[in-house]
Amino acid sequence: MIDRQFIGHRMPAYSVPVEASRLRFFAKATGQTDPVYTDESAARQAGYAALPVPPTFLFCLEMDAPNYSALRDLLGIPIAKVLHGEQRFVYHAPAQAGDTLTFEQRVADIYDKKGGALEFMVRETRVTNQHGVHVADLLATTVVRHA
Amino acid sequence: MLDAATLRVGDALPAFTTEPISRLTLALYCGASGDHNPMHVDIDFARRAGSPDVFAHGMLSMAYLAQLLTRWVPQRQLREYGVRFVAITQVGDAITCSGRVTELFEAHGERRARLELSTCNQHGVVKLVGDAVVALT
Repeated sequence: MIDRQFIGHRMPAYSVPVEASRLRFFAKATGQTDPVYTDESAARQAGYAALPVPPTFLFCLEMDAPNYSALRDLLGIPIAKVLHGEQRFVYHAPAQAGDTLTFEQRVADIYDKKGGALEFMVRETRVTNQHGVHVADLLATTVVRHA
Repeated sequence: MLDAATLRVGDALPAFTTEPISRLTLALYCGASGDHNPMHVDIDFARRAGSPDVFAHGMLSMAYLAQLLTRWVPQRQLREYGVRFVAITQVGDAITCSGRVTELFEAHGERRARLELSTCNQHGVVKLVGDAVVALT
């Protein structure tokens, strides 16, 4: 069982640079053919300051933490038992290549179903940019399958 | 691109289907996303963990489904986007992304549409269900 005392726990904030080359690699990996996501001039023509961070890539940047399993390790969750249950993004301001984004994670909830056979951990992450602008909020639900 | 003036509740977004997900796709997504969970790329690890094979990252399908949105409106008009991963997407699945308008409303001084979204595989099995809010102006 995950210790319920971690509900409300906040992890140390960390910052991650948004690199254009990584955005191009992500576009390739996801079959993205819109040049707005790979070509700076197309991005600028479309009104973006630089290559935009695509909608789900904030989750990837969140995983670029100094130790991306820090929260899972703290809660004692083995990776082989983990499934991603839900993911939500609320967008407040654009993010693009060249930004440095800061991630602040908080354990919003821990609960179980089916008599403890399934446990759920809900993580809230606030994302701000190098100007202190609130860029987005992420909400992730991790499912832990106990055999 | 949508015509905001004529948009109605029930209207469908133009659906599309991906190529079948290959092991190379999963390897590329592992590297590009930074999600190095071995369950998606290392069959030896997956078998030791009790899975018959590796399986696709849920976030890969969420990225495909996001393209349904950004083909329809510029990304700057996207306000909210969420999914529930209801079934595991397997190697070889070709993912169809679809969605429709469920509500038209005003918030924060702009017209918005709420959408319901889903992905399914080539057998029609639903893998992700989701929703999004986009600005129409």
